[in-house]
Amino acid sequence: FYLTPPQVNSILKANEYSFKVPEFDGKNVSSILGFDSNQLPANAPIEDRRSAATCLQTRGMLLGVFDGHAGCACAQAVSERLFYYIAISLLPHETLLEIENAVENGRALLPILQWHKHPNDYFSKEASKLYFNSLRTYWQELIDLNSGETTDVREALINAFKRLDNDISLEAQVGDPNSFLNYLVLRVAFSGSTACVAHVDGVDLHVANTGDSRAMLGVQEEDGSWSAVNLSYDHNAQNEHEVERVKMEHPKSEEKSLVKQDRLLGLLMPFRAFGDVKFKWSIELQKRVVESGPDQLNHNEYTKFIPPNYFTPPYLTAEPEVIHHKLRPQDKFLVLATDGLWETMHRQDVARIVGEYLTGVHHQQPIAVGGYKVTLGQMHGLLTERRARISSVFEDQNAATHLIRHAVGNNEFGTVDHERLSKMLSLPEELARMYRDDITIIVVQFNSHVIGAYQNEE
Amino acid sequence: AAGMFLRLLSDIQWRAAHPKWRRMTSSQRSTSTSAEPHPVSLPAQAQVVICGGGIMGTSVAYHLSKMGWKDIVLLEQGRLAAGTTRFCAGIVSTARPASIELKMAHYSNKLYQQLEQETGVQTGYMKTGSVSLAQTQDRLISLKRIASSLNVMGVPCEIISPKKVLQLHPLINIHDLVGAMYLPEDALVSSANVSLALATAASRNGVQIHERTTVSHVTIQKGRVTGVETDRGRIQCEFFVNCAGQWAYELGHSGEEPVHIPVHACEHFYLLTHPLPQPLSSSLPTVVDPDGRIYIRNWQGGILSGGFEKNPKPLFTEGRNQLEIQNLQEDWDHFGPLLSALLRRMPGLEALQIMQLVNCPESFTPDMRCIMGESPTARGYFVLTGMNSAGLSYGGGAGKYLAEWIVNGYPSENVWPLDLKRFGTLQSSRTFLRHRVMEVMPLMCDLKVPRWDFQTGRQLRTSPLYDRLDAQGARWMEKHGFERVKYFVPPGSDLLDLDHSKTFYKPDWFDIVGSEVKCCKEAVCVIDMSSFTKFEISSTGDEALENLQYLFSNDLDVPVGHVVHTGMLNEKGGYENDCSIARLSKRSFFMISPTDQQVHCWTWLKNHLPDDSNLVLEDVTWKYTALNLIGPRAVDVLSELSYAPMTAEHFPSLFCKEMSVGYANGIRVMSITHTGEPGFVLYIPIEYALHVYNEVMNMGQKYGIRNAGYYALRSLRIEKFFAFWGQDLDAFTTPMECGREFQVKLDKGMEFLGQEVLLEQKQNGVYKRFTMFILEDHDTDMDLWPWWGEPIFRNGRYVGKTTSSAYSYTLERHVCLGFVHHFDEETGEELVVTTDFINQGEYEIDIAGQRFQAKAKLYPFSSLFTQRRRKDEVELSGYQRE
Repeated sequence: FYLTPPQVNSILKANEYSFKVPEFDGKNVSSILGFDSNQLPANAPIEDRRSAATCLQTRGMLLGVFDGHAGCACAQAVSERLFYYIAISLLPHETLLEIENAVENGRALLPILQWHKHPNDYFSKEASKLYFNSLRTYWQELIDLNSGETTDVREALINAFKRLDNDISLEAQVGDPNSFLNYLVLRVAFSGSTACVAHVDGVDLHVANTGDSRAMLGVQEEDGSWSAVNLSYDHNAQNEHEVERVKMEHPKSEEKSLVKQDRLLGLLMPFRAFGDVKFKWSIELQKRVVESGPDQLNHNEYTKFIPPNYFTPPYLTAEPEVIHHKLRPQDKFLVLATDGLWETMHRQDVARIVGEYLTGVHHQQPIAVGGYKVTLGQMHGLLTERRARISSVFEDQNAATHLIRHAVGNNEFGTVDHERLSKMLSLPEELARMYRDDITIIVVQFNSHVIGAYQNEE
Repeated sequence: AAGMFLRLLSDIQWRAAHPKWRRMTSSQRSTSTSAEPHPVSLPAQAQVVICGGGIMGTSVAYHLSKMGWKDIVLLEQGRLAAGTTRFCAGIVSTARPASIELKMAHYSNKLYQQLEQETGVQTGYMKTGSVSLAQTQDRLISLKRIASSLNVMGVPCEIISPKKVLQLHPLINIHDLVGAMYLPEDALVSSANVSLALATAASRNGVQIHERTTVSHVTIQKGRVTGVETDRGRIQCEFFVNCAGQWAYELGHSGEEPVHIPVHACEHFYLLTHPLPQPLSSSLPTVVDPDGRIYIRNWQGGILSGGFEKNPKPLFTEGRNQLEIQNLQEDWDHFGPLLSALLRRMPGLEALQIMQLVNCPESFTPDMRCIMGESPTARGYFVLTGMNSAGLSYGGGAGKYLAEWIVNGYPSENVWPLDLKRFGTLQSSRTFLRHRVMEVMPLMCDLKVPRWDFQTGRQLRTSPLYDRLDAQGARWMEKHGFERVKYFVPPGSDLLDLDHSKTFYKPDWFDIVGSEVKCCKEAVCVIDMSSFTKFEISSTGDEALENLQYLFSNDLDVPVGHVVHTGMLNEKGGYENDCSIARLSKRSFFMISPTDQQVHCWTWLKNHLPDDSNLVLEDVTWKYTALNLIGPRAVDVLSELSYAPMTAEHFPSLFCKEMSVGYANGIRVMSITHTGEPGFVLYIPIEYALHVYNEVMNMGQKYGIRNAGYYALRSLRIEKFFAFWGQDLDAFTTPMECGREFQVKLDKGMEFLGQEVLLEQKQNGVYKRFTMFILEDHDTDMDLWPWWGEPIFRNGRYVGKTTSSAYSYTLERHVCLGFVHHFDEETGEELVVTTDFINQGEYEIDIAGQRFQAKAKLYPFSSLFTQRRRKDEVELSGYQRE
């Protein structure tokens, strides 16, 4: 039993989304041309999330991928909320005051973000009030703090990450009178999520990363070849610095139990994450919250289970590492992806495949008759062949889809094998997770003309 | 001077028969020529300066000089005929859908045919004929419609079978054809040589031609052209003609006061081959295969074949003024689909060797028609450009009309469909043009069924009610950038199907519009008519009245609060505009005109009103939303909303009053509906629009109110025999010719424009008469529907064409409106058309070659007017066109 190519395509394309930065009078003045994103589930339901939005009160665009574990609740919450926290952190004092006044007086709020969402990327309606109240408390504190300094993007990102994680934790401790919401905030806190977020404003690219998703810059060398530059560090056992950091934060007596089988406390793959209060709260707090929580929580073996060798919490943080990069004309694209992609493909291959895909659209070697003797029939044959070849490459209108096709279907020669692709995609739900992880990818394409112009100005 | 300019032309392939001139060929391109300094300095002044030495510029120069004007300078930035003209495929074809275009092409063909004899310049004119192929029945219908038009114009034309096609051209694969149209007189000619011949003749008549002279901008003072600045100095002039082709837009924008000329270039590709082993005969007809999107002509024993692809490549959007267009790249991948179509049509050409793929940009316009006429903002600034790749076919005729326009003040034919003033600044956005021409270019080959609309560049101007109406199922069409409702799809209807109701036969919306019409007749409907052009004219003294009395044929010295339907006539008595004018006060008037009159009417008034600061003319189109309440219950809805009696005694027909509707005050209510049905139009300051609409709909519920669209309106107005300006009326039609004598007050006590001609017509009769035709043996379900432009036959002889048509749901028949002429049977001379002549004839309407019997009427069915009020003031005018 095989899937036909159209069936394969409909599976691969089900979640694809593209956004083109709108042109003004035929010109795009943003350093971003647009982005393609897509995700392919392995878990049912998928535990990855993605977000993209334009900041409306400050300049810049936010893009992020979120890899959930122990359920999707935390990733879902972070994908809905994190960009608001970042946007708020970036706002100048006056704008914060203006927003607070509007809320106070029941006036319409300034729009803060313009989301670019696939129809399947839903937002939780039920929790919006709760989320809003937490966010409002945050900006009220920012107003009270009024440092008077201009907002540093790095700091804003770090503050936003930490603040949101803190709010997730607090909301779970306080609970909610509404039983549905009460259960929701607990599920959010007890599940976990990584986050890899890019903020692009002109030539300033910041990547804030928590966990083992990854950001990678695609650079076109002068000879036209492609190379990859990492813009994030994985927070997992393969990262020596990260292991070092964890060890530094806990007594030497725990050194052996901290990282076992490449996992934190022998349990968790990412070394930083949102949620996961099991690795953050004291045992007493965990017990109290679980016991007073709804029955569903009590009957869940995972939530009741306390990690072994749990002596000096917290073991886990949501604080991101932030990397700043000044975009150059040769920086053509940025790939944000969850580990589902990176465990199947080397970043060098990712750079090459995306690079060739993106430039292929523009630089197909044109045919010229020149002085050769060519008949109409020969030319027709040649063109038909070229069309066929192009259409196989451009079966995908979306760079992320193209990358997923390679990630899932590549054979040992690095080309897409339809048979393999078909097999991988027709795996039954319970088996799929054995062969592949959820994959979520965002490919951001940069506008070299604009970036070049910025450079010349400086 | 003639010798000098010809020497500068030495790189263009031409042969002059004049003994004084040497034979030259393209191989003799001399580098010294281009480096040579300009030997002849520019004159300091001239009457006319023409910019552009392509087919358009030379044709205008030729015709101006023929009409006796000598003081003319033609400037060309490069060399003559070196732009698009040089790359033109050289096909002169009369197969054009619009009547004015057809006339231009017909004239061009006749002109080119004798040009070689006249000038001695070899043009390579060859009468090959052309064959337009139909792969589908619908295509054949569209060809038959063109054939009907051509036949009554005396242009030989024949619908032929596929077998006959094979006899005309042995290489054509006819297996997928259902028929074709053959025009034996279509021709091939070298367009560059035509241009040179025209330049030669013009030059002999005294026109000065200067090459390698770039116009940097045109100077305009007090709304008049005063001169041009060039890279070689200034020339003072009275008239400037912009024939700059694809650079016309930028030239228009180069001065301090921009002249908006909406053209945009697209790449256009055609293929040249080496000769066949047995070279193709140069008399073989040109083949046009619109379904394959290609044309094929014989070329030096081989073929030349190009086409209009689905995915055109617009260029020069950023407006780089590239003098050299020779450097454009060939793009074989882009040409691929056209090559496939070519080999499908002529499989025998597989072994033919390619010579070259030519990339020749063409300029396109937003509505696929060319642009000519005088700028609305600068008098004396004329334009001729935007040929949508038919420049050679139109060149002769277009140049002639423009020359007439400059010399006489008006051309000899109605060129409104081509008039620059049909556009405003709103069509001048580069983004709009870029997107629109990408739709226009493929449309050159697409099948155009009745009521097709452009899909790009939409939702530019909208009523404040747009979203409300859209949510209720509105389907939209566009006029002058304004979105207007066609009809409302009831909930639950198959939407997809309705959107694809493109047919020459009965359309899917038939019943939908029928029910809207029924509601207008029996209850009340509301139509958003906000797109209409609205002006206010006021003065401190009596200047407004005095001037309007001169410009309008009806008597405007009426009591305050009266509405007058009147024509705005030219000196020949023809309609420049048809409008309704309400007298708001002693000294101010509110004027409503068709949507596409916004620029034309404004210009006409500006040009005719004295420069008097006491007289204020204001365009208030954007300030008001107009809701048309049509139907017998409109009166009830409005009186309930205003607590004012609205019956005929209190609010007679053709009356205007400011009143409150709901909470909103200051609503201008007029008792007109543009349909002859009872009702009102509400002119609502836009901020109240939503409120008033909601109130009307809520209150109207108990009276059965519903939304309706323009299709219902059109059906109502046509069955009532209402002529619309732009559709039925034009600058060549007088009120006497369309039964509107009652809107002319010859005795109003003062002179008005056009009065003399009208008096003369009143005495001696008219030469055409607007007539209503009811189709008799026409089966609405099965037969082709009339559209407009169908020939009318009286006793078997051609007497005129229809101008609009609609199905009348009341008469349950199709109604066509059109003009009847009386041509003398012997001489063809036009005779006076009398009432008897109209009444004593057997009529037929020709729809795509099939004739249907029709009953002619000079007056509408009186039974259709449910309520007659003041006898002489029955509203007999509507005026927006669909």
